[in-house]
Amino acid sequence: MKRSSLFPYLIWMILFIVVPMFLVLYYAFTIPTEAGSTWSLENFARFFEPVYLKVLGRSLRLALISTGICLLLGYPAAMVMAGNAFSRKNVLLLLFVVPMWMNFLLRTYAWLTLLERNGAINVLLTSLNLPRLQILYTNSAVVLGMVYNFLPFMVLPIYSVLSKIDKGVVEAAGDLGANPFRVFTKVVLPLSLPGVVSGVTMVFMPALTTFVISRLLGGGQFTLIGNLIEQQFLVVDNWGFGSAISVVMIVLILLSMAIMSFFEGEEKDVALW
Amino acid sequence: MVRFLKRSYIYLVFAFLYMPIAVLMVYSFNDSRSRGVWGGFTLRWYVELFQDRTIMSSLYSTLFIGATAAVIATIIGTLAAIGIHNSKGIQKKLIMNVTYLPVLNPEIVTAISLMILFVFAKVRFGYLTLLLAHITFNIPYVILSVLPKLRQLNKHLYEAALDLGCTPAGALWKVIVPEIMPGIITGLLLAFTLSIDDFVISFFTTGSGVSTLSITIYSMARQGIKPTLNALSTIMFTFVLVLLIIVNVRQAREERKERSGKNGSKKISPYRTEFGDA
Amino acid sequence: MVRRKLVLIVLSLVMLSLGLTGCGQEKPTLYVYNWGDYMDEDVLKEFEKEFNMKVVYDTFSTNEDMYVKIKSGGSTYDVIFPSDYMLTRMLNEGMLEEIDLEKIPNHKHLDPRLMGTVYDPENRYSLPYMWGTLGILYNTTMVDEEIDSWDALWDPKYSKEILMLDSQRDSIGAALLRLGYSLNTLDLEELAEAGESLREQKPLVLAYVLDEGKDKMVAGEAALALTWSGEAMYGISENEDLAYVIPKEGTNIWFDVMAVPKGSKNLEGAMQFMDFLNRPEIALRNTEYIGYATPHLAARAMLPEEVQNDRQAYPLDEDLEHAEFFVHLGETLRDYDRIWTEVKAH
Repeated sequence: MKRSSLFPYLIWMILFIVVPMFLVLYYAFTIPTEAGSTWSLENFARFFEPVYLKVLGRSLRLALISTGICLLLGYPAAMVMAGNAFSRKNVLLLLFVVPMWMNFLLRTYAWLTLLERNGAINVLLTSLNLPRLQILYTNSAVVLGMVYNFLPFMVLPIYSVLSKIDKGVVEAAGDLGANPFRVFTKVVLPLSLPGVVSGVTMVFMPALTTFVISRLLGGGQFTLIGNLIEQQFLVVDNWGFGSAISVVMIVLILLSMAIMSFFEGEEKDVALW
Repeated sequence: MVRFLKRSYIYLVFAFLYMPIAVLMVYSFNDSRSRGVWGGFTLRWYVELFQDRTIMSSLYSTLFIGATAAVIATIIGTLAAIGIHNSKGIQKKLIMNVTYLPVLNPEIVTAISLMILFVFAKVRFGYLTLLLAHITFNIPYVILSVLPKLRQLNKHLYEAALDLGCTPAGALWKVIVPEIMPGIITGLLLAFTLSIDDFVISFFTTGSGVSTLSITIYSMARQGIKPTLNALSTIMFTFVLVLLIIVNVRQAREERKERSGKNGSKKISPYRTEFGDA
Repeated sequence: MVRRKLVLIVLSLVMLSLGLTGCGQEKPTLYVYNWGDYMDEDVLKEFEKEFNMKVVYDTFSTNEDMYVKIKSGGSTYDVIFPSDYMLTRMLNEGMLEEIDLEKIPNHKHLDPRLMGTVYDPENRYSLPYMWGTLGILYNTTMVDEEIDSWDALWDPKYSKEILMLDSQRDSIGAALLRLGYSLNTLDLEELAEAGESLREQKPLVLAYVLDEGKDKMVAGEAALALTWSGEAMYGISENEDLAYVIPKEGTNIWFDVMAVPKGSKNLEGAMQFMDFLNRPEIALRNTEYIGYATPHLAARAMLPEEVQNDRQAYPLDEDLEHAEFFVHLGETLRDYDRIWTEVKAH
């Protein structure tokens, strides 16, 4: 088999992956002057001003909370699905996947209708004489949107790992006198860690950089890193600053990937999406 | 009892996943703009939807870009996978790392990097830029779906084909490609669906009146609640549901057939196995 | 089998799409870039039919969005609809094509008071499309007092009931007016003060919105909104409880104009389109569709009596005593950008 089949891709890769990355770096490390541009760290210095660090902090916090909630909700769900409570697992899986195949903007938009002051949830609550729920355009709405959109990304990798665990191992632990709790903490949980790691990655990354969810459900109030980047490119026309934030993001992501793969141990082909 | 609790938990999770969609579907038949009142049953929003030229033209762009980008990405990606499979050492590592870059990078970073590139190269924003961007983010997924199939491949197959008088190209096309076909198909469908679903990258790389469905939905959602959007959601949801059910039913039937017949190789369908057997 | 079928479906889609783009390219194409929901789109169809042209219609939601898209050079349009201050900015940067009034005879219907403004004294580059003021739209069932000041938007009484505009010139402008400064201030201290007051206001704000604001007000989601008069008129027509006021500290008179960006490949079509939009019956339809105030006298005369004499939509000169136009800020724009980014990031 020939290695020459690699050439079209090599050219493509250089043109559309490598060159753009260097352009981003170029913009990040230069500032425009009268005579063109000069090298400068000004864009990065600006990012470390308190107001933008606050944005970074907020993004990290919301992404962590969402990932945490996804894990708390998703792990038990994955366990039940991998267990024997249901006979038709294919159908179950299918039902889990279907909402994911709907356009992600429509899924987010759906919550707009639900959460409004006069939206479906509040109509229901008032008809039951309960107090209204006012969470649209708050942090909670943003977290809710993230959890809703990314939950399947947590459940499916965990499910996939759990369903492959050898039933014999679990039974053996029970036979050897471990109570269900110990079986879980000593056997099932450690074995499922790779699934958890890939689930966490798949939820945390998009949650950290989304700008759509915070724009639609946060009412433009909760600027996240993604919004900041978007604004620099599409509103205020400051590519240098936008590129610098992007570079910081890439570094952050690479760092967390390194940490994740450290926990993951052996290298695996984990489906990334 | 435990079984009951377990089941209820799953039902609750499903309720959470499906409730918003269900509400949208109900509203799509509501003969009133206001969300608090039920104004009677109507199909008016569906009529309006099909008369909306922005939505219809963006639906067309979405399918066009999705299909074209998927096919081109599949061709380049499959060739690339074969090449990568046969390279070694640092070269292989380097290429794989760069390939992972668009997968790992936040979408928005890929998006702005491509936007800068196109501005820099003075390419007019529109179909072309959108297509180039989509192919770019699709290729890695094609490579990642084809590579595992290549690893399963018997190394001697290709040599045997050459020994039997095939030209290298012929051996590739007649022997290798059919063997890795499941991976190629997975990659193609993956690419197609990723394209259709993409918003962020399209948002930054489009222009001159070209708008995908996602972009149109975003700008409509920013204008507030629109009953036509509810109608659109209902149609898209029903479409996806029916499609997935058909694929799964047929798959199950085929598997049964295969099990009763000869012991064929396991079929791979991205709609089923992407997580199940990952 | 399934696999093969899916391949067939995908491939036939490709064929189909390639085939479809193949034809339909012979007609000249006119690229129009307008604000979202800012034209009766049936008008486009009629134009296409009458002039045998294909119209590609694209929308934006802020002047800045539009500017960046055109400035980046990627997109070429033939007719765009910037607001006044953006027109100046684009003019200064040489981004506009001159228009030929000879080819737009229908411009004679435009209100002479609204022609030849500071932005474009001789109308060499633009014609007004819609105009209006900046003010407060409020829900009379949720607000008991008479609103007459920008202070209302800073009143803790209405915490989480206030909508601001996600548009930097307008929101910063309102803050500046409230503090008694010009909304075109170049004084960095005044600007910093405005930024500070917007940050203080942020906990009271329900959301920063654009096009969705009117929908939210109509649905009773908020009590007060910073808004443009046209959006307010639309809101009032949908919900009688709403009222619009131009605050006493002053307001901004804005224009949205039609202009032709440099690089247009269909200048002739652009002129025809601008003339078409200034036909009385077409101008009337757009005005009725959008609900904004039109500078087109013939169209205005055909509006219902109560609309054409509505003082909120068509304010009298005395209402505009403290009104200012937006002026392009030059270098200071960077500071506005920065202040707005900081307010949003806060």
